[in-house]
Amino acid sequence: MALKDKIAETQIWRSIFRHGYPSTPRNRALAALSNVFLHLHPVKARKSGIKLSFTWCMGGITFFLFLLETITGVLLMFYYRPTIEYAYNDIIAMREHVPLGIMRELHRWGAHMMVLAVWLHMLRVFLTGSYKPPREFNWNIGVILLLLTLLLSFTGYLLPWDQLAIWAITVGSNMARAHPFIGHEGPGASLLAVGDVNLVTPASDIRFGLLAGRFVGAGALLRFYVLHCVALPLVAGLLMAVHFWRVRKDGGISGPM
Amino acid sequence: MALFESFFNSLASPELYTLIFTGVFLLYCARYRLLTRPGWVVGISLAIALFFIIGAQNHDFMTIIAKGDNMPIVIMIFAVFWCLSLAFRQAAVNDMRIEKGEPPTEALDSNKKVLVWPDLIYPEFVCTVLLTAIFIAWGIAVEAPLEEPASGTRAPNPAKAPWYFLGLQEMLVYFDPWLAGVVLPGMIVVGLMAIPYIDTNPRGNGYFTFKERPFAIGMFLFGFIVLWVSLVIMGTFLRGPNWNFFGPFEYWDPHKIEPLVNVNLSEFIWVGMGNTRLPDNPLIREAPGILLILAYFVITPALLAKTILKKFFHEMGFARFSILIMLLLGMASLPIKMLLRWTINLKYVVAIPEWFFNI
Repeated sequence: MALKDKIAETQIWRSIFRHGYPSTPRNRALAALSNVFLHLHPVKARKSGIKLSFTWCMGGITFFLFLLETITGVLLMFYYRPTIEYAYNDIIAMREHVPLGIMRELHRWGAHMMVLAVWLHMLRVFLTGSYKPPREFNWNIGVILLLLTLLLSFTGYLLPWDQLAIWAITVGSNMARAHPFIGHEGPGASLLAVGDVNLVTPASDIRFGLLAGRFVGAGALLRFYVLHCVALPLVAGLLMAVHFWRVRKDGGISGPM
Repeated sequence: MALFESFFNSLASPELYTLIFTGVFLLYCARYRLLTRPGWVVGISLAIALFFIIGAQNHDFMTIIAKGDNMPIVIMIFAVFWCLSLAFRQAAVNDMRIEKGEPPTEALDSNKKVLVWPDLIYPEFVCTVLLTAIFIAWGIAVEAPLEEPASGTRAPNPAKAPWYFLGLQEMLVYFDPWLAGVVLPGMIVVGLMAIPYIDTNPRGNGYFTFKERPFAIGMFLFGFIVLWVSLVIMGTFLRGPNWNFFGPFEYWDPHKIEPLVNVNLSEFIWVGMGNTRLPDNPLIREAPGILLILAYFVITPALLAKTILKKFFHEMGFARFSILIMLLLGMASLPIKMLLRWTINLKYVVAIPEWFFNI
């Protein structure tokens, strides 16, 4: 008996994998079925649907990049403190003192490519008409995930606390100042007043809520950090579970009826 | 080289750039069966690559493309072009099959089911390994950018939004922030989510085609390619200090003078045509603009429902048709405002700065 087969018969191996080597149809089905990660897939899929020319693998690439961002992001969190005293110096330290440190590079290039991959995934799904019944709801989940990807990238932009970061976020968050009714320079803001007292001011409007201050400062850095590292990934993870689940429940990767 | 630079610099003005981009897009939609042939795709790709290679000899252009955060835009240009070509090549093949009464190629084996292990898991694994290798190589080769420490008092010029929001920043040229930064992005998200409920065309579900749903694909791609991707490219390569427009091979002179000659519609009407001063009451002053906006959103849909989109109106019903037209009019407002700005220097259709209400 070969060593490979001996290992496959030990109690430890059999406790982890509930099936033999996936070389028979039955064991291949079990491989997908009895593994919580592979279980994201169905046991069988349309032959036309899994072609690279059909899907461009863009959804899968997006998911890969989300995982890449999660792993490199967790590693970066070990070295980074989200305060204006430390943030920039911690990034410098990462560059100067961490041997072979490419985690920030992986995180940044991955983030850029994730935005692009989500766009192209949406393009593919649109051009194959895959949002049509019965997949309308899953398209909606996808649009929210696209939005979350942009927000994840946007909140992460601030964290290095360099000139690029603070001014890009200033440009972006200045828009919130003009939000109708709830931004202090938005139309209708002056209607929300009690007597002469304006309720929507630079210190109470939506931009203030986003930045925890009137300017991009310490409060904004902490707020963006928590959104970037905790809140948005949690929501995105949850919706991804729904998204993948619905791909299966709505009939798998789309194909002609 | 000098000829090359001056040629592209002379093409580069917001109006010419947008018109050429739109023209190329329309040509592509009309001739997709020819332009997606492998020879054409390779030829166009080489032409774009050649543009970047020759352009990189220019110091000012090189400064832009050498920035780490601008790499994604160069990648985006190629990726979007190749993905579109791949999609439209398959659409062309399917459309020809459908014309002959045959099913699309996807239908040939869409009822064949294969085991996910190994037919899907292996390609996914290979893809994961390849991407990991690519990103590690990229990470080693190019250091992530880091500028000087943040300073709330020294604003860089130009201060640009992250690259994927450059389309929104470009809209700020034509609309106030409440529209460009809040209402229009909100409409994009709502509009995207509404697509499956508006599009009642049952054909083209699960395969590439253009001929069976030209309106849906045309509108979507107009929004994505002409109003989003093209503005990202423009924001990256052609917008410099003070958000002034520069040719791709032009030095970003922060002291470039741009005359501000834009006029509001109310000034056109009262001062220009009526030869009187502006009325004091903002509602009377802006009445022409307000009526115009109301007409745009009320009369245009009715006209369209009676004329060229009559078939749509009957197929979709009142509610779906109204939402579709509102979204399309919202989308069309950007190119319309652009055109008005370039031709008659129109600043605002409705200008009530007293209430922060400018359209």
